[in-house]
Amino acid sequence: MEPLDRDLEEGLLELPSEPMMLNMGPSHPAMHGTVRIVLELSGEQILKADVQIGYLHRGFEKMCERGTWSQVFPYVDRCNYVSPMLNNVGYALAVEKMLGVTVPERCQYYRVVLGELARICDHMICSGAMCMELGAFTPFLYYARARENIWDIFEEETGARVTHSFGRVGGMANPPSKYFKDMVRAAVPRVLALVAEGEKMLLKNRIFLDRLEGVGVMKKEDALALGWTGIVLRACGVPYDVRKAHPYMVYDRMDFDVPVGTTGDNYDRFMCRQEEIRQAARIIEQALAQMPDDGPINVEDARIVMPPKNEVYTTIEATIQHFKIVMEGIKVPAGECYSYTEAGNGELGFYLVSDGSGTPFRVRIRPPCFATTQGLEQLIKGAMIPDVVPTFGSLNMIGGECDH
Amino acid sequence: MSKRVLEILGEKFGHDVLETHSQFGDDTAVVSPARWLEIARFLRDDPRCAMNMFVDITAVDYLGRQTQRFEVVMHLRSLERGHRIRLKARVGDEDGQNAEIDSVVSVWKGANWFERETFDMFGVVFRGHPDLRRILMYPEFVGYPLRKDYPADKIQPLIEFRKVQDKLPPFGPDEGMSFGRQTHDYRRDEPGGEAN
Repeated sequence: MEPLDRDLEEGLLELPSEPMMLNMGPSHPAMHGTVRIVLELSGEQILKADVQIGYLHRGFEKMCERGTWSQVFPYVDRCNYVSPMLNNVGYALAVEKMLGVTVPERCQYYRVVLGELARICDHMICSGAMCMELGAFTPFLYYARARENIWDIFEEETGARVTHSFGRVGGMANPPSKYFKDMVRAAVPRVLALVAEGEKMLLKNRIFLDRLEGVGVMKKEDALALGWTGIVLRACGVPYDVRKAHPYMVYDRMDFDVPVGTTGDNYDRFMCRQEEIRQAARIIEQALAQMPDDGPINVEDARIVMPPKNEVYTTIEATIQHFKIVMEGIKVPAGECYSYTEAGNGELGFYLVSDGSGTPFRVRIRPPCFATTQGLEQLIKGAMIPDVVPTFGSLNMIGGECDH
Repeated sequence: MSKRVLEILGEKFGHDVLETHSQFGDDTAVVSPARWLEIARFLRDDPRCAMNMFVDITAVDYLGRQTQRFEVVMHLRSLERGHRIRLKARVGDEDGQNAEIDSVVSVWKGANWFERETFDMFGVVFRGHPDLRRILMYPEFVGYPLRKDYPADKIQPLIEFRKVQDKLPPFGPDEGMSFGRQTHDYRRDEPGGEAN
């Protein structure tokens, strides 16, 4: 079509405009959590962004200072509500590092299997929510269906579906149930099939790809300086995985690959997650094969682990021991330690300070999403409004953990 | 491996490295807060240390246990060398005053939110931080919740309806557009409507 007036220059035809301020969030169906993003827009382009968190802050670290070391477990669960088992194990490992104990081998394998199942859950929820935010609802249902399979296992093992609180200092709350291995072996192929189906629906979808490819690119050096860890860092091309770099538990006996991206855009992050689900399945397979069927699940230390219930009722020693642990808490040697594990989003660190009593002096959680979310501002600067939603979704911010 | 970093720090900064220890296998250096920024930059730039990965900044409140009340704790990691180090500095009086330390945002920009959080929770002021405001609590919150003398069951009064500033904090005074409720007060123009 010809312009209406050929004599006018194009610049004069544009309407005078000022940057517009737009509030996205705090709570919106298309947002991946409770967070407010204040945007300054020029048309549809983002000039500046300010990400504001804290809507779920509940004083996690203050609460931890009020109970015993064991009473922290339920709080840790609520931090990451999509993969609580990884947080449970991470905290248990931190306290065990201070106590200087190592849990029996059977328990280590048990923790690895449960942790990897939780990791699959975490990645599936993130990928599913991300495609749902882009309007693809069916894959989300597929992923949610797959997650159901894993939650059934968790329910069978721990008695709770979402907030397990299953970890204990020096072991786990219960030994694996009789059919644990069979259940996991039956569920994992089903999960993988559902994930593959969901992937098939997404990866040929033009809308999905256009919002992912080349959007939200982060450079490797920037990601490191921002403190990014986990999937988001690996998608930038840094092969850093705590399980490989500083193996804990029995991860050094496992054979698995660390998926690494090339450009660090949304697409890489999505694909790394998909690949990590498959790698987690590989780890589970190996761990199940190596896991002994019998043996103790808790350490043999009466100062740390509660005595069996029937002994508590019949012997005075066990009664005293039970009381000491419940009323006074486990005595953790004085000092400070930083323990880190690979959670669903990256390096989950616990900085613990003990004064030698049964109560933590300070529990500091270093949540991976806190560092990740602070990079969002940089990712969306210069992008369009519709890019905010998938970019934010691909970072997988977990509100409970980010806001402590 | 990280012990070597402690030695290098000791050689380079001498008496400003107040003490070092390796409790539970974590290598720690307590340094003088005056040279905090300098040491941070050295740790990043020196090829023997190459601490290019920022991990964490937090603080611990040792109320009544130390003459200098707060300990600012930083964790760093090197990608190439794979070692980790914990750097600590003691700041603040017994009543929590003068808790100030240099900001390391210029060294690792990831320190931004972590320093804001430490400020929010403990009241430790980071000098030279580009945008030091509360992050987890709301701006009207009085006191610092993670200090040991802040009662856990304290209730803060409800805040009044907040007056929206012309510009939100990250957008400086000379940039962005002015936006606020007064410009959108449609009721003022209506007949019989009251201006508020």
